[in-house]
Amino acid sequence: MSILRLFSSRPAAATAPIARERLQILLAHERGMRGQPELLLQLRDEILAVVSRHVALDAEKVVVRMERGPNVSTLEVDVELPNGLEPSLAQTG
Amino acid sequence: MAKVLVVTSGKGGVGKTTTTAAMGAALAQAGQKVVVVDFDVGLRNLDLVMGAERRVVFDLINVVQGIAKLPQALIRDKRLDNLSLLPASQTKDKDALTEEGVGRVIAELRKSFDWVLCDSPAGIERGAMLAMRFADEAIIVTNPEVSSVRDSDRIIGMLDSKTVKAEKGERVNKHVLITRYDPGRAARGEMISIDDILEILATPLIGIIPESQDVLRASNVGAPVTVNNPASAPARAYHDATRRLLGEVIAMMVPNERRGLMNLLRGRRAA
Repeated sequence: MSILRLFSSRPAAATAPIARERLQILLAHERGMRGQPELLLQLRDEILAVVSRHVALDAEKVVVRMERGPNVSTLEVDVELPNGLEPSLAQTG
Repeated sequence: MAKVLVVTSGKGGVGKTTTTAAMGAALAQAGQKVVVVDFDVGLRNLDLVMGAERRVVFDLINVVQGIAKLPQALIRDKRLDNLSLLPASQTKDKDALTEEGVGRVIAELRKSFDWVLCDSPAGIERGAMLAMRFADEAIIVTNPEVSSVRDSDRIIGMLDSKTVKAEKGERVNKHVLITRYDPGRAARGEMISIDDILEILATPLIGIIPESQDVLRASNVGAPVTVNNPASAPARAYHDATRRLLGEVIAMMVPNERRGLMNLLRGRRAA
């Protein structure tokens, strides 16, 4: 701590409430994820299985990503399909 | 009936070994028969903090592997008759500890002691898992700091799912012990508050240990702080926590800042 701060009349902003808020948000997420650490892997496998029923897929071309934010989390699924799909599938999909 | 107590935290450097030594000694001073067991294979330190480092002949792994008998490995404390230490091994092979072997040693210790205190290594790997595996009670050592609180939360989750008690549908009796508490920083709002920690962890508090030079002095000379300087603030806080562990109801004292000149100057605006 600097000598100047020691004698200044303006108190430093309390950071403890920020710590509490950050922890509460983080732990709410972490507790939700506990017990299902393989969630993303499982999602990827199941998505792969569903799409594979209709199209021959390269397993490497299925990417599942999860972004966690304080209010909203997003699940991003990126499936790369091979060229030359049957028209009927292109219509329904 | 004997009780197995794990001292754990997830995070390193928060005071697990200090706490194991201090509360082990305090329990012994209260007339209990106590053994403290170091689970930190490869990085043992409980022997050093308790001043028994030159008396280690056999260790926990030797006993688990059947190379030594339990009484050969136990080191009796020089100051307290009813306090013993089972040191960890310095071998790097952490896999030498098996669940079956640890279970056998703990069961044997239960027969001759009132309290078996397991000093957990940091982390959530094998050593930490085995230290908590057979616990009836747990002390989660937490510093008022975000990373420590997060790790404590994780450890609490493990105590509720990965212990023998949890698997039988029972509960490990959990207590939070806050260490390295700095009243000055707390007053200035720089340190996450005790109420916030308890609310987040949803686990009862067993004590608040103030940050103190006395803890370092005690480890320097190889004596639990509760023995080395029983009148010091951390020792008194550890003694209170120990009595609460034994079921006594004692008012929780939040450590106060010492009022030096500088603190008075600072305290004026903190108040």
